[in-house]
Amino acid sequence: MSTVLILGAGSDMAVAIARKYAREKYNVQLAARKLEYLVPLQQDLQIRYGITATVHAFDALDTASHAAFYASLPVKPDQVICVFGYLGNQETAQDDWEEAQRIIATNYTGAVSILNIVANDYAARKSGTIVGISSVAGVRGRQSNYMYGSAKAGFTAYLAGLRNRLYHDGVHVLSVQPGFVATRMTEHLALPPLLTATPEQVANAVFSAAAAKKNVIYVKWFWRYIMLLIRNIPEGMFKKMKM
Amino acid sequence: MQKQLANWGNYPAVTCDEQAFSQDDQLQAVVAQHDAIIARGNGRCYGDASLAVHSISTLKYDKVLDFDVQHGYLTCQSGITLDQVLEIIVPKGWFLPVTPGTKNITIGGAIASDVHGKNHHVDGAFSRHVTWVDVLTADGQTIRCSHTENTDLFWATCGGMGLTGVITVVKFDLKKIETAYIKQTQIKAKNLDEVIRLFEEYKHYTYSVAWIDCLQKGDAFGRSILIVGEHATTADLSPKQAEHPLQLPKKSQLTMPFNLPEFVLNTFTVKAFNWLYYGKNFKREITNVVPYEPFFYPLDAILHWNRGYGKSGFVQYQFVLPMDQQSGLVTILKRISDKGWGSFLAVLKVFGQQHDLISFPMEGYTLALDFPVRKGLFEFLDELDELVLQHKGRLYLSKDARMKQEIFWKSYPDAKRFQEIVQRYDPKGKFRSIQSDRLLLTKPQ
Repeated sequence: MSTVLILGAGSDMAVAIARKYAREKYNVQLAARKLEYLVPLQQDLQIRYGITATVHAFDALDTASHAAFYASLPVKPDQVICVFGYLGNQETAQDDWEEAQRIIATNYTGAVSILNIVANDYAARKSGTIVGISSVAGVRGRQSNYMYGSAKAGFTAYLAGLRNRLYHDGVHVLSVQPGFVATRMTEHLALPPLLTATPEQVANAVFSAAAAKKNVIYVKWFWRYIMLLIRNIPEGMFKKMKM
Repeated sequence: MQKQLANWGNYPAVTCDEQAFSQDDQLQAVVAQHDAIIARGNGRCYGDASLAVHSISTLKYDKVLDFDVQHGYLTCQSGITLDQVLEIIVPKGWFLPVTPGTKNITIGGAIASDVHGKNHHVDGAFSRHVTWVDVLTADGQTIRCSHTENTDLFWATCGGMGLTGVITVVKFDLKKIETAYIKQTQIKAKNLDEVIRLFEEYKHYTYSVAWIDCLQKGDAFGRSILIVGEHATTADLSPKQAEHPLQLPKKSQLTMPFNLPEFVLNTFTVKAFNWLYYGKNFKREITNVVPYEPFFYPLDAILHWNRGYGKSGFVQYQFVLPMDQQSGLVTILKRISDKGWGSFLAVLKVFGQQHDLISFPMEGYTLALDFPVRKGLFEFLDELDELVLQHKGRLYLSKDARMKQEIFWKSYPDAKRFQEIVQRYDPKGKFRSIQSDRLLLTKPQ
């Protein structure tokens, strides 16, 4: 039986991903800062799907603890999915370095720190799959969320580089750009229904893309074309837009 | 975020700020943040019981915490739907102790409405099978209540429409089954008298319900089909079914893609009824073995069947009259069929004994049918309410969207006591809905 490690397992998207993998008979390792958040999900996965689920304390911001965290896992996972992220508040982050730093450290530095460790292990073992949940916000910086966007842009570039490096070791890296997803993180936003995926749609897309060794996926197909369009707007025009 | 919300009847629709939670501390924070809030599950009550300016969605609070496969107990968070519960328990040889006619409701909703099923005359309502319930009350405390512990809170929570607080975790017992099939018998009844006689004759069956044709007059008034059933044993199954007795055959689901003009659903039900009633080779009585889904949840096979009633929505009218008020049943049914505004089909069921604080069921006859919302409807339903009241009956709060407050207070004998308990746990009236304000169970703001 294969094992998947889910980093940032407390979020709505992570719950859907955990359930999808458990339904496909993976054992699941749930990792997040608050263990008490994970225990109900652990029970749920074991009862519903008859697999083994374990819980592990993991703090993305505490990079010094990452090596010990990975070493302490009872079994080394066959697949690692990096789900954690922090949207933060753009306006607060413009004035408050702590907020800005938290956005950068969660979405970029923390992710790089733990995935470096996983990558070296997988490279040595010549097997494994790494999935990073990045964001379409990382494609081009916009005034409304460039703190989050720039950190995700860094993460997207990191995943691309990692994919290139690990390809030669037989290790696969999948980048996911979900577009809008209806979760607690976005419930205060008015998202266009047609462009918005459910966490379950993200989970299904992640599972099949990882199995098919895809490189970069958007959950809803038209996001690829929306981002193509956004990427190609000339900068002179883009900077005048309010978005 | 502000959005338009309506429950299953699509009436009323209100602008609402709905927030979700998946963890206890998130729930506590949301409840602390608002002066007026109501919990909402899957939106399958028909009217306004779970609508308010602020609602809190339980749907992401849906984890199964314990399943005692040996003795048949399930402990789960309140936002899980019956559909998901069945997926977990049926393959292990267990079934819901009580289920309403849809599996798309949450466990929290099942308790807040104290739902009943086709087995009410044998097994009572859902509350009878609850071991304990945890309720997050207005002061932020989570209180465990049961038939023996904090009983005032327990009886005000079962059927209490969410006014005591947010139901968080529930433990309830399950019913042992050998197969995922039901051995059902359908019996034709020429008229209302006959179907009531048949209910008596077939009362030893665990499940029973009748579909009444509301359009018939004269001798055929109340022409119906009584459907009774038992969980099938392995011996009842065909060799093919017996290969996997606890698994249902694969099925497809139809979706109602948009709101239909309102006559369509009636055309559909007329055809279905005629097919059943007059169908070729249809004897007076037939028995067959069917999967549990079409038996318990015939309408769930059509996703969004409620859209069949068109944009202005509909109300479902469900009342219960005590056993000795059979004449009232005739009077009310006649008024409905004379008016011709109701759905073609009505569901009739005999309830067994129950006397709880605020739950709907009482020993007697319950009738449910749909009315598309139209001009003059509410005045007509007010007239029916008076008849229900005259015959010592009452209306089901989970279906209600329009009852006048005085009807509620006159027909629920323990309403005052219920309100006192609610106020003891929630002195400032934090938990309130459009319905509770309308019925003056809470003070409208």
